[in-house]
Amino acid sequence: MSSRKKILSTIRSLTLEPKALPDIPNFSGSGDLVERFTQSISGNKGEVMSKSEFEEWFSTSGFSKVISLSPQFSELASLPLPEDPHALETLEVAILDGQFGVAENGAIWLEDSQLGLRALPFATEHLVIVLDRNSLEDTLHQGYDKVAGTQSGFGLFLAGPSKTADIEQSLVIGAQGAKSLRVVLV
Amino acid sequence: MTHPENAAEFLKDSEKSKWHDETLWFVRDKRDKVSKGIPEWEQLRELASGIKDNVLANLADYLEEFERNATKNGIIVHWAADSEEHNRLVLEILQQQNCKAVVKSKSILTEECHLNPYLEKHGVDVVDTDLGERIVQFLNQPPSHIVLPAIHLKKREISELFHEKLQTEKGNEDPAYLTQAARVHLREKFFAAKVAITGVNFGIAETGEFVVCTNEGNADMGVHLADVHIACMGIEKILPRRKDLGVFLRLLARSATGQPITNYNSHFRNPSPGKEIHIILVDNGRTAQLAREKFRNSLKCIRCGACMNTCPIYRRSGGFSYNSTVPGPIGSILSPGLDLKKHSSLPFASTLCGSCTDVCPVKINIHEQLYEWRQEVTKTQGEFAKGLSMKLANGIFKSPLAYKISGSLMRNALKSLPNSLIYHPLNIWGKNRNLPDPPTESFQQWYRKNRS
Repeated sequence: MSSRKKILSTIRSLTLEPKALPDIPNFSGSGDLVERFTQSISGNKGEVMSKSEFEEWFSTSGFSKVISLSPQFSELASLPLPEDPHALETLEVAILDGQFGVAENGAIWLEDSQLGLRALPFATEHLVIVLDRNSLEDTLHQGYDKVAGTQSGFGLFLAGPSKTADIEQSLVIGAQGAKSLRVVLV
Repeated sequence: MTHPENAAEFLKDSEKSKWHDETLWFVRDKRDKVSKGIPEWEQLRELASGIKDNVLANLADYLEEFERNATKNGIIVHWAADSEEHNRLVLEILQQQNCKAVVKSKSILTEECHLNPYLEKHGVDVVDTDLGERIVQFLNQPPSHIVLPAIHLKKREISELFHEKLQTEKGNEDPAYLTQAARVHLREKFFAAKVAITGVNFGIAETGEFVVCTNEGNADMGVHLADVHIACMGIEKILPRRKDLGVFLRLLARSATGQPITNYNSHFRNPSPGKEIHIILVDNGRTAQLAREKFRNSLKCIRCGACMNTCPIYRRSGGFSYNSTVPGPIGSILSPGLDLKKHSSLPFASTLCGSCTDVCPVKINIHEQLYEWRQEVTKTQGEFAKGLSMKLANGIFKSPLAYKISGSLMRNALKSLPNSLIYHPLNIWGKNRNLPDPPTESFQQWYRKNRS
């Protein structure tokens, strides 16, 4: 007998009391969405900034390897999106559009259509996500309502830069993935 | 070795064990604070528990639904009855790819199956890419905590280790410096690996997708650069609907580390063009646990580690004292189901204070199950260490005269006996405890003097 059959038939041989699947109420928080989102991102060790603040940071930092998939900032790109993700090894900045953000935890939803290459937001040294301030949702419940019907092969709630506290619980930003996250609210 | 013997070993370094205790309590405290920011927190726990009840009651149907949808999406689904089959399936996929080096993100299931030694025996180099896991892998140790794998180590030890393994400066203990060295080392591995292995936090029956959560981004670094992604999932990790993730992701990181969400929460539905995703659905004792009515809902566990951080025994005895892949309170109710003889001391590694049950995001009645396992252990193994003194006490409490005499004897004895005898190894109540100063008179004597 195959393991598949064995596992399923073992489970089916048990008398298991029926239990109804509960409905999930539409929980929501209170307070200004932009303010709460900004606080959440900063708690996750990212930074929310305006368009002008971002442009100032970018113009003074002297990056030479930049990929931008955000139409608003396409002129900042110095490199096209490569075919092979291994070419991202020395990428300094990736600029992407986020679909929407969640105020309660700062999570930003991204799918294949925003990412170009799935490795892009992880492999880049610095990540910039451009987000419409009117796209913010209250809690993760509303977030999942919004993506209920999407079919993207890969989807991601990204909430901050790569971080770790595995050495004596000291928080270090920039473990294996992006060393910083900047969210540009437009 | 039993839990008390291992715990005694851990407590020998009193400074480190105190740090361990306080640090985990700090994490527990962060969990309290962040959970109090969510007014519906208790409702979320109730919902999560209810959703998992429904999953366990319909597990076969949900597994088939998951398989059907995942297959439709282009994910290759495998089934493994036990750890041997799981390991063999992983190896077969690696051999098909002609892959001799693999990167792996955190997966308690692969620890449970002892995948690393199996692959290494077959000539495959495995690199654990979670920083804490890489540290313990360098030391040839298992993780001591399911969320904080290297919590038993101090930065001085990690500095020495990295000096040896990664050629960092001798004596440089700066966590940022050490993390940067690991970053360079691990990124080299990510960019070279053809196959990446991950665990699975949640599998969604409705969509056939699965979700992997990390803070370091190491799971994603591995799988998006590799040609083949192998995901290893216990069959209990199923959720019915995508929207159930709203409940579970709100609970998971808050319970685990006190953060509102992990920084990377990746939903895998199909492979990138030209790549492959395999998922292995593993039983390895889970259907047996499902059959045990009293212990069934231990399968609701989402591996957040909150019960470890809060447990007064875990904090003071360290993860290794449990000698079990999943340590702490939840491990002490899961592991006896896998091997009752080996893990017979674990249900006793608890004060039954119930704090684990109070913090569990899916409301597993952990302390009640610990009590139930004790009954199972005594049924199969008979008398325990405390048996003799319990029998003696039983005789004394039965007879009023014996009680009176023994009370006065003990009061005098505790005053006059040398400590070497009171804290003799045979008196396990005196171990790591200071006995209170004996009162000068019995309660009866006091009552006669003051109240009659």
